[in-house]
Amino acid sequence: MLNDDVNEKLTLETIPTIAPSHRFQWEEVQDCHVILYPEGMVKLGNSSAEILKLCDGENDVSAIINKLQQLYPDAELDNDVNKFLEVAHENGWIKYK
Amino acid sequence: MKTAGSNTNKVNPPLWLLCELTYACPLQCPYCSNPVEMANFKKELSTDDWIRVMREARKMGATQLGFSGGEPLTRPDLEELIAEARQLGFYTNLITSGLGMDEKRVAAFKKAGLDHIQVSFQASSADLNDLIAGTDAFEHKLEMARAVKKHGYPMVLCFVLHRQNEPYVREILDLAVTLDADYVELATTQYYGWAFHNKDYLIPTREQLANAELVTKEFQEKLKGKMKIFYVIPDYFEDRPKKCMDGWGAIFLTITPDGLALPCHAARQLPGLELPSVQDHSIDWIWNDSPDFNKFRGLDWMKDPCRTCPEKEKDLGGCRCQAFMLTGDATNADPVCSKSPHHQKVVDTVEDIGRIAGTPELEERPVLFRNMKNSKEIIKKKTTETI
Ligand code: SF4
Ligand code: SF4
Repeated sequence: MLNDDVNEKLTLETIPTIAPSHRFQWEEVQDCHVILYPEGMVKLGNSSAEILKLCDGENDVSAIINKLQQLYPDAELDNDVNKFLEVAHENGWIKYK
Repeated sequence: MKTAGSNTNKVNPPLWLLCELTYACPLQCPYCSNPVEMANFKKELSTDDWIRVMREARKMGATQLGFSGGEPLTRPDLEELIAEARQLGFYTNLITSGLGMDEKRVAAFKKAGLDHIQVSFQASSADLNDLIAGTDAFEHKLEMARAVKKHGYPMVLCFVLHRQNEPYVREILDLAVTLDADYVELATTQYYGWAFHNKDYLIPTREQLANAELVTKEFQEKLKGKMKIFYVIPDYFEDRPKKCMDGWGAIFLTITPDGLALPCHAARQLPGLELPSVQDHSIDWIWNDSPDFNKFRGLDWMKDPCRTCPEKEKDLGGCRCQAFMLTGDATNADPVCSKSPHHQKVVDTVEDIGRIAGTPELEERPVLFRNMKNSKEIIKKKTTETI
């Protein structure tokens, strides 16, 4: 099944990773990061890509937020990161490890 | 909105490269969209040709790559092509009947970097499956679907629906659940190639469709987030056409086994195309500059009713192949559209089938199975007709 963890809740300790059926990569011609999956592609904006870069199976959500905070010291990140990860999870782009 | 044809504004790059590696196939599906004259096109591109095609398309920005056919598994160099495609950065999809692989090959593909395998089934039971496929295939397909899962691929199961299997949509979806599919594609038959000859055998009835839609909705709700089920109402039953291939020369680039570049896998049959070969031209020239790829790009080629229609950007006038097959002129509106003067033909076909479905008058009409022998016979008949 696509998402055996659909009902799982996101916490600060969750470690999100790119789902094994999906690929996250930079596309020169499109000039953006994309997610590739069976027969489809989504183009990503900068901030989404910054978050997904950190979904490497090492960082938990609080580490992701901390690292992004260093890049964008003035931004209020918690909410945006959580929201994005939930949507990404719903779409099956990431798994909660 | 792009109105290419004139090359003043830049054309978007292709995103999808479909490599039809071969017309050879152990199955004989009467709904196959391959050309009925396939016996004439037996010469296949070499490994090096395919590698060059992939490199050029990737350089232009294509990200999705499909290996299909015929049955791509009949190519002994498939492993090599997959490895090259993956190394180039493509997301690689193998579109297969499952015949011609065993678990060892499934594992070898994984090692070569294959991202995804789509296994097609003809039905949910061995009897019907093998009847439609024209050969014993069902048990092996089940085995291969399990192997695909076991080796960690995302699995898309594809069922092409038509009157013979449409009543079993529930059983089909149950099978998909049992096999733990990630995506299920309930594809509708498109009446090109062999399917066009077998329309009488394939066109479903309205009742069948209504039922299939209901069952699909039920499963979609039940499996939300777990399994994605794609289902599209066949366009013969609607009054607006589909935006075929997302537009001519907009996203898709198909290369036939013998190296012709097509904006759509059914376009080979359209008259008036030059059918550029990748052996004579670069992919860049074919996509951006060839007359074929610009022929129906954008909106400039349209005539009435499409030319003056407020909906023209939505469906781009529908399918060129369908327009040609049903009206004899590829620049006409797709007759699925109720604004087309030929729309009645589509309505009549659907009604006729609905009226006599289930009776021997319809069900005992001969079926033309897709194989080289039948292809040769059709070619022979056509040549004698034109003499
Ligand atoms: S539709 Fe059937 S016959 Fe045609 S290529 Fe696919 S498996 Fe072979
Ligand atoms: S008239 Fe042509 S453009 Fe308008 S809806 Fe029908 S097919 Fe589409």
